[in-house]
Amino acid sequence: MHLTRLIVGGAAATALLAGCATGPSPAELDAQARQAIQSSFRDQGIAKTDRLNQDPALAACSTDKAPDEAAADRVMADALFTVKWPAGGQFVGDWRRGEAIAQSGRGMTWTDNSTDPKDNGGNCYNCHQIDQKEISYGTIGPSLWNYGKNRGITDVASPATAPIVHYTWVKLWNPRAYSACSNMPRFGHKGLLNEQQLRDVMALLLDPKSPVNQ
Amino acid sequence: MVKPSLIGLAALALCAGAQAQKSTADGIAEYRKMLEDGNPAELYEAKGEALWKQKRGPKNASLEQCDLGQGPGVVKGVFVTLPRYFADTQKVQDLESRLVSCMAMLQGFDAAEVAKTPFGRGEMANVTALATWIASVSRGMRFNLPQSHPAERQSYEVGKRAFFFRAGSHDFSCATCHAEDGKRIRLQDLPNLTKNPGDGIGFAAWPAYRVSNGQMWGMQLRLNDCFRQQRFPYPGFGSEVTIALATYMGVNAKGAESIAPSIKR
Repeated sequence: MHLTRLIVGGAAATALLAGCATGPSPAELDAQARQAIQSSFRDQGIAKTDRLNQDPALAACSTDKAPDEAAADRVMADALFTVKWPAGGQFVGDWRRGEAIAQSGRGMTWTDNSTDPKDNGGNCYNCHQIDQKEISYGTIGPSLWNYGKNRGITDVASPATAPIVHYTWVKLWNPRAYSACSNMPRFGHKGLLNEQQLRDVMALLLDPKSPVNQ
Repeated sequence: MVKPSLIGLAALALCAGAQAQKSTADGIAEYRKMLEDGNPAELYEAKGEALWKQKRGPKNASLEQCDLGQGPGVVKGVFVTLPRYFADTQKVQDLESRLVSCMAMLQGFDAAEVAKTPFGRGEMANVTALATWIASVSRGMRFNLPQSHPAERQSYEVGKRAFFFRAGSHDFSCATCHAEDGKRIRLQDLPNLTKNPGDGIGFAAWPAYRVSNGQMWGMQLRLNDCFRQQRFPYPGFGSEVTIALATYMGVNAKGAESIAPSIKR
C-alpha cells in the first residue's frame, strides 16, 4: 500500500518535473494566446474589438485540428437552426445584380464606412470560379461554373428543384449547417448580405438564364 | 446563320479567355522580372543606411550601437534570426519593434509616440526604411530563428494559436487563406505559412516594395493589412499578436532564403 503510494507519488513528481522542463501546458498557452489577442487590437472605425468575441461555431474551429464528431454535429445543428427563409418563399432574384455582388469584395473592413449590407459585396470571386468569362478568380472554394446546370435545374420555380434551391439558400445563409468549419462566411446569419442580395446571388448560381449555367 | 456565328463567337471568347489567363500570369511574372532590375526598394535601403549612421533624436546619437540580437552594431545576419528574445526589454521583438526600442534607448525618441505614428509618416517611415536596409544586408541568407529561450517558444505557440483564431464579421483567420498549398485569392498566389513555403516566399519576402500603391511595406504593415482584409479590429504596431505571428512564420520558414526587400505587385 505504502509502496504503491510512493511509486504513484514518484510518478507524479516526475510528471511535474517534466512539466517544468517543457514549459507551460497547452491550456496555459491557450490562455496566454487569448490574453495576447485581447490586448493586441483596438477599435478602428466600424471594426470594433467585439469582433474578437467568438461564438461556439468559431471557437470549435480555431485550431489546426478539426473538432470531434459530436462537436461538429452540434455546430451544424445550431447553424441549421439559424436559417431564415426568404419572405414569400421567393428564393431567386436577378442574376445580373448577383454577378455584381459576386464581383465586389467590398465591405466591413476598418476602411469601410458602413455596416449596412447594401454597401457590402459577396467576395465570391475571391475564392470561387463562377462565370467562366471572369478569369480572375480564387481557388479556396470549389468552382461554381454550371452550378445549376450540373444539378439539372431547368426551371427554378418547379417543385422538383426545391431541394437544391433550399440547400443553396442554407449554404449562403449559414454554410456551417453542412460543414462545421467551412471557410465560407455566414452571409445571412452575420448580416453581411440582405435577403434581396442573397436572392440575386441565388439567381446567378441557379437561374438557367444566368451565364453561369450556359 | 445566326446560331453558328454565335457559337463561333463563344468559342473565340473561350479561347481569348484561356489566352488571357495565360498572358495575365505571364505578364505579371514578366513585369516582376523587369522591375527586379530596378527595385525602388533600393531607395529605401539607401535612406535606411543613412538613418542608421546619422546622429538624431533628443540625444543626438546614431543607431550604430543598436543591438539587434547579435551584439551592438551587428547588422549582417540579424534579419534571418528575428523575432527573438531581448534581455534588456524582457520581450520577444521583431525587427521593427526592436528598432523602435533602439531609437528610444539610444536616441531618446518616445517609443509609444513612434509606435502610434501611421505607416508611411514621420518616424514610422524611418523605421520602415531602416528595416528595409537591415533586411537587405542579409539578402541570400537562410532563416534560422532561435527557440532556446522559453519566451521565444511561448511566442511561437501563441503565434500558432493566433494564426488559427477565427473571428471578425467574416469568420476569417490567417489559416483561411494560408494553411494549404496552391491556393489563390483572385489571381494572387497564397503561400502556405504553416510550414516553410520556399525560398523568398511569404515571411522571406518582406519588407517589399508594393508596385500597386508605390509604398514600401514592412512585415508590420503586411500583417496590419491582412487583419484589415480579415475584417478584424486594428492590431497595434509591435503588439504581442503581431510579434507572435512573425515568430510562428519565421520559425516555420527555417532554411528559407531571404530575398527581402522584394518587389510585389
